[in-house]
Amino acid sequence: MPFKRYVEIGRVALVNYGKDHGKLVVIVDVVDQNRALVDAPDMVRSQMNFKRLTLTDIKIDINKVPKKKTLIDAMEKADVKNKWENSSWGRKLIVQKRRASLDDFGRFKLMLAKIKKAGIVRQELAKLKKETSA
Amino acid sequence: MAAKRKTPVKTRNPDLIRGVGKYSRSKMYHKRGLWAIKAKNGGVFPRHDPMPKAPAADDKPPKFYPAEDVKKPLLNKRKPKPTKLRASITPGTVLILLAGRFMGKRVVFLKQLTSGLLLVTGPFKINGVPLRRVNQSYVIATSTKVDISGVNVEKFDDKYFAKEVQKKKKKSEGEFFEAEKEDKKKLPEGKKEDQKAVDATLIKSIEGVPELKAYLAARFSLKSGMKPHELAF
Repeated sequence: MPFKRYVEIGRVALVNYGKDHGKLVVIVDVVDQNRALVDAPDMVRSQMNFKRLTLTDIKIDINKVPKKKTLIDAMEKADVKNKWENSSWGRKLIVQKRRASLDDFGRFKLMLAKIKKAGIVRQELAKLKKETSA
Repeated sequence: MAAKRKTPVKTRNPDLIRGVGKYSRSKMYHKRGLWAIKAKNGGVFPRHDPMPKAPAADDKPPKFYPAEDVKKPLLNKRKPKPTKLRASITPGTVLILLAGRFMGKRVVFLKQLTSGLLLVTGPFKINGVPLRRVNQSYVIATSTKVDISGVNVEKFDDKYFAKEVQKKKKKSEGEFFEAEKEDKKKLPEGKKEDQKAVDATLIKSIEGVPELKAYLAARFSLKSGMKPHELAF
């Protein structure tokens, strides 16, 4: 299967290891076969091994190693934040984070809600079964 | 000793290096105001007569001389401090009991007693935990808080929970085997009333929060996949 996401200048990637775990960063230059120069609005520009990055579908339009201000403007123009939060991948991460931060009472309420939902689904299913069998 | 100040004065003679002060003897004389004290006292440093000594008791020869020298134990002036309460435990916090008869139960914290133990109640009607003392170490504090403003816990202290002293009865041979069937201790009515009084206002504020009553009635347990070090309580 051909590759769809390429390492290129302007590719938005997710950091999956290390101090910046979970951050969205932009590849602004390639150092060598293994490393990229990477930048984000809230971090110092630094090099990162490709093994620490997971490429996303989002790409922005920048030149090689832009100034911080230019980078931030380009990200606003491409609306990276909203695109990410509306993508299914981004939404999954947000839900994971919220689930992990639930306190004990929250987990209890979640359990009750799941049971309720399952009950409703089962009722509807039983109704449909009765209709098809009748 | 002379009366201590509330805030100790920082030294008037700062160290240049260890052992060498910034100001000389004569400079310090002026800084401490000894000239003013002398002036107030007519050019002489004030001298107080020694306090009258209490009349010494008659020194009688001791009644008993030990055969060998008796060592005196060292003086111990240590005063134990009350147990430090974790910052996450405030009045009204829901706690999870980790050990004992009620392990797993979620319980409302009322106050810390002078012995350091935590005073805790179910409330009794909700989960069967009465007014009880619990050690801080056997408890997980959740971040859920209950409004406890209407509850009066002034009268509860460690003496309230002291065991009743049993009078020893002489037993004869035949009665020994019947001793096991002695009366089961009944809860005095006063304690039941106290429980009801404390719980009445508590239950009202609990019912104000949706699903909190069911939460307190359920027990906590670790399920598959739950990692305690990753859980937020």
